[in-house]
Amino acid sequence: MGAALLRKQFESLLGGHLGWQAKPATEAVPSGIPEIDLATGGLPRGCLTEIFGAPSSGRASLLVSILAGATARQEFCALVDAEDAFDPLSAAAAGVELPRLLWIRCGHNAAHALRAADLLLQGGGFGVVALDLGDTPVRAARRISLTSWFRLRRAVEHTPTVLIAVERQSNAKTCASLMLELSREQARWSGGMLASARLLGGMRVAVARRKPGLALTAVFESGERMLATNEHR
Amino acid sequence: MFACLHGTGNLAAVAFDFSPLVEQTAPDTVTCDVAGLDRLFGAAQELAAALARRAVETGVRAAVALAANPDAAICAARGFSGVSIVPQGDEAKFLGRLPVALLRPSAELQETLERWGIRRFQDLAALPPLGIAERLGAEGLQLRELARGEAERKLTPLEEPPRFEEELELEYPVELLEPLEFLLARLLNGLTTRLATRGLATNELRLRLHLETRATHERTLRLPAPSLDGKSFLKLLRLDLAAHPPAAPIERIKLGMNPVKPQAAQGGLFVLAAPEPVKLELTLARIQAIVGEGRAGCPELLDTHRPDAFRLQKPGDRHHCPKAPLLRRVDSAVCPPHLIRMYRPPRMARVTLASGQPSFLAAEGIRGRILERAGPWRTSGDWWTTDPWSRDEWDIALSDGALYRIYCEIRGWFVEGSYD
Repeated sequence: MGAALLRKQFESLLGGHLGWQAKPATEAVPSGIPEIDLATGGLPRGCLTEIFGAPSSGRASLLVSILAGATARQEFCALVDAEDAFDPLSAAAAGVELPRLLWIRCGHNAAHALRAADLLLQGGGFGVVALDLGDTPVRAARRISLTSWFRLRRAVEHTPTVLIAVERQSNAKTCASLMLELSREQARWSGGMLASARLLGGMRVAVARRKPGLALTAVFESGERMLATNEHR
Repeated sequence: MFACLHGTGNLAAVAFDFSPLVEQTAPDTVTCDVAGLDRLFGAAQELAAALARRAVETGVRAAVALAANPDAAICAARGFSGVSIVPQGDEAKFLGRLPVALLRPSAELQETLERWGIRRFQDLAALPPLGIAERLGAEGLQLRELARGEAERKLTPLEEPPRFEEELELEYPVELLEPLEFLLARLLNGLTTRLATRGLATNELRLRLHLETRATHERTLRLPAPSLDGKSFLKLLRLDLAAHPPAAPIERIKLGMNPVKPQAAQGGLFVLAAPEPVKLELTLARIQAIVGEGRAGCPELLDTHRPDAFRLQKPGDRHHCPKAPLLRRVDSAVCPPHLIRMYRPPRMARVTLASGQPSFLAAEGIRGRILERAGPWRTSGDWWTTDPWSRDEWDIALSDGALYRIYCEIRGWFVEGSYD
């Protein structure tokens, strides 16, 4: 009762301004895929965004699209790759400026990846820090304690960094501010025995926003396979 | 007593090892004041021999001369090869047989002396000073003094280039990293202060540890940008020494810094600040202590079409950027590309063929019927080298729900990665 009275007095001092307790809106950056930006409003800075889904559900495509956008904005990015799975060739073809990307190869060790991500966040100055646990076995990813996720969330708070975790299943729970679940709807095929033929043509991916608020769904198509030209030497 | 070095190489560096008063007389001649060094070296012969030894050690080829005045030493060094010591009081006799051209007279004076038949120092020294003053003026008189070895003058000192090196001889060998850290902190503090007073910074730290076993342990840390942050330097050295510990206890520490101008950069008003270079270096060193050396950096594509050809380099290190292979970029604004997750190393697979096409796949952690397939995409390269490669790629959809890239080469079938 006393607190309510004090609050009333304080608000009367502020001239009836009731928004003094409201948090300032977090800045969001585009993901590079308009369909996802429309559904989610972009990726929040200073927060943990979780991207999860089954293998071949378009998680890496979305991640690289985010990195390409960030490096195009002259931001320095870091990719903590727990399973050493990043392909620089296709990332460069997708528009990622490799000199602006710090790649940490953790050699199949999720614990090392978590520590490296923590150090990067403490160091500061990164536009995007991505923790890729996409190929980490589900059991190993589940063993990451909630405390570790909380530590990462605290480290990224009040910084202009976008922290992204890519996984098979959601593990960060309450620590994630935005959760995106990806699933592949269909794959487009092309090709044949002809030398000029392409192989996997593309994928149609559905993205479901699991958090915050009500579930929203977006669908995007990923492009054709990147190939270096003049391969037949 | 003055010493002169005449020859090629870094003569000034040799001279500064013996004296703080050094004159760069000519590009090939350096003179220094060595008065008082007899207490350290003994006789003049010993000093001259030490100078010659030092010159040989530093790769300098020079004639060495010692004399009571600088010009006599210069004439002796230019006129005689090897080591020469001009006896005090007998300079005229010692230098007498040298050609007058060594004194570098003006062309007009040289011609006059030629006409008079004056070719050697002793000829010029024997001429009466009054007659020379009447006929050749002040220049002639100065030449006569030089020829007699009597010219007296002060050296024009050369400023010693600042050397940012500190050395510490330890009373007892240090075995642990922690006490070594204290000593390094002391050296770093002194060096960074000296750099700061001259408005300089450093981009390279050179650590040389002399060990109990008479061996040396050397480490060089190159920074991506010039800095003066002693605390970060200490942390970098600590991390580096933890990763590369010396093999034996340390008896002597030598720490050097490369002096460079500090770097100032204007950041963009609307651009997110990049990580501070030295801080990033420190973060990288800490991460490499966890994940292993050479496993963190900016990827750089190599100029080859060999699959998975890249290398990692330090952020900001773009000294030699090889031409990357031509890539057909997908417009990610219109259509985001789909990426492959690589398996490193590729997983060896057992593939069953039906009508010449893969129908079943079994590899480590992957097993299933192939529901859809496209291929083969035949690639090859480097056939002109000793390490050629050639393979047939297939993209497959497996019954486990994932899309994979598999390939067949001479060693068999492999799963390269999964599309994601």
